[in-house]
Amino acid sequence: MSYLIVVGVTIAIYAVLAVALNMVVGYVGQPNLAQSAFLGLGAYFAAVLSTRYHLGFWWTIPIAFGVAGIAGFVLGAISLRLREDFLAITTIGLNFVMVAVFQYVPFFGGAVGIYSIPVPTIGAHHFGNLDYLILAALMLALVVGVSKYLERSWLGASLWAIRDDESAAASVGIPVASYKVAAFTLSAAFAGMVGSLYAPFLSAVTPTSFGFTESVVILSMLIFGGLGKVRGALLGALVLGALPEAFRFISNFRLLTYGVILLLMLRFQPQGLAGDASAVSRLVGRLASPLRKSRDHGPA
Amino acid sequence: MFLSSLIDGIATGSLYALIALGPSLIYGLLRVLDIANAAGLTLGAYVGLKVWRATGSLLLGICAGIAASAIFGLGLQRLLYRPILNRGPLIPLIASIGTFIAMEEAFRLVFGPYPFAFPARIPLPTLRFGYTVVTGVHLVILIVGLLVLGLTWFALRRTRLGLYWRATSQDMDTAEAMGINTRGVVAAIFVIGYALAAVSGILLGINYNTVYPTMGDIPAYKMLAIIVLGGLGNPLGTIAAAMLIGLVETFVVMYAGYVLPRDAIAFIVLIVVLLARPQGLLPGLRRNK
Repeated sequence: MSYLIVVGVTIAIYAVLAVALNMVVGYVGQPNLAQSAFLGLGAYFAAVLSTRYHLGFWWTIPIAFGVAGIAGFVLGAISLRLREDFLAITTIGLNFVMVAVFQYVPFFGGAVGIYSIPVPTIGAHHFGNLDYLILAALMLALVVGVSKYLERSWLGASLWAIRDDESAAASVGIPVASYKVAAFTLSAAFAGMVGSLYAPFLSAVTPTSFGFTESVVILSMLIFGGLGKVRGALLGALVLGALPEAFRFISNFRLLTYGVILLLMLRFQPQGLAGDASAVSRLVGRLASPLRKSRDHGPA
Repeated sequence: MFLSSLIDGIATGSLYALIALGPSLIYGLLRVLDIANAAGLTLGAYVGLKVWRATGSLLLGICAGIAASAIFGLGLQRLLYRPILNRGPLIPLIASIGTFIAMEEAFRLVFGPYPFAFPARIPLPTLRFGYTVVTGVHLVILIVGLLVLGLTWFALRRTRLGLYWRATSQDMDTAEAMGINTRGVVAAIFVIGYALAAVSGILLGINYNTVYPTMGDIPAYKMLAIIVLGGLGNPLGTIAAAMLIGLVETFVVMYAGYVLPRDAIAFIVLIVVLLARPQGLLPGLRRNK
């Protein structure tokens, strides 16, 4: 049971990261392969502040949110100057630069990382795995709520307009630059926020655990599930997050299986598991159609 | 000291040029960032090593490595890239990274996680000019690098394939309408690109005397920085950028010590240059919409 809860916390953290990433990649259509750098920034700040400066856990959450948000703001400003593939590669590079910063800047504790991060408390109660799960679920609910709100708001519609045609969006008066930066800022801030939970959950942070591969894993989840859709990000995080656990019995082949499943998915179902017109969406649609019909026409 | 660093830097730059040239040519045609090219590099190194061990002939090893890598590249293009090209830039990129990671796992499972030595003797003398020492491997890298540089310039400017490559990278549909066999051009470029990867893999293996499953990691990401720096889809710019990165890395390590990991330098140079010149050092190709 405890093992399942740990897996659940991991999946929930991945889900927060994927849903947050969707704000930039799905809504605004900007490539971003640096999500784990923002996770790392949040996790590192939480770790340093709680071990070295004995700051309480609950204070580290807004600080991680803010610090990662500032970094996201900077990346957003950079993104204004770069187009598509140039931006994609810059974000790839950002992972390597960030790992180097974690390794070489003394503030972040050097190559060995930071250990024995204190366990968060509520009053006198120390966090157990179930508490982590509840908090991760709350964070997930927050980021899903913000996403859903965005989708219904004028801002969300503007972001989609920028994705589909930037100059057309600008011509109808959408402030393209500031909205792009806003999406990057928000997405990074949520990644940093969940980092403040990630650090005490693992009880240690090391530079290499926030590298490029992690960013690829997060983006893969989003694309696997269906780019642009909150349900896609959730489904992707659930399936790809659980896969390594499900294939534990062939542990030596785990990563290979993971890679092959991802490739088959991209090859045969590039719109993702829960994208429009995907096999799953069609199936759900077909199953739901009798219900919908009866609702449309009333009881026969 | 300075001279030997200079030669070291140029040798490193030549190796980078060799590694980055294939992906640069492929990007020019398909607008795909072919990270999986680095899997061709590792595959070439392993096959080259095994055949050299079995037969004792390095030449045979190199040929076998090239063949294996080229077949892999061609298969990748046919089975994976072609069907998903119209899906925007992100999906081919993730597919390429996924292939690369899966291949690294496959290498680990097939050849084992431990590094192999590659103590092939290069039939060239070690040159000494005073304190400056040029090893046989460095000499080969320099020769191969300069050869490839010259050949690339010649092939792009003076041969029919070069003309077709330029036409296809400008506009694939128009090139097709003009009677160019664009599928053939793409196939030829993949064969060349993955052959270059195999050669660089074998040189890399001999130079550091080691072949291991994740040896493609650093080349994979560094070549991205290099092809962007050179202006995406501009092979001659790629070669210039490779030389620049090779020299900067060598001299930063030489004069400033290990203030930064050597492998982050390329990306820091990249980000700084891109902020000043978002189109790269040399302007790349533009595709007409």
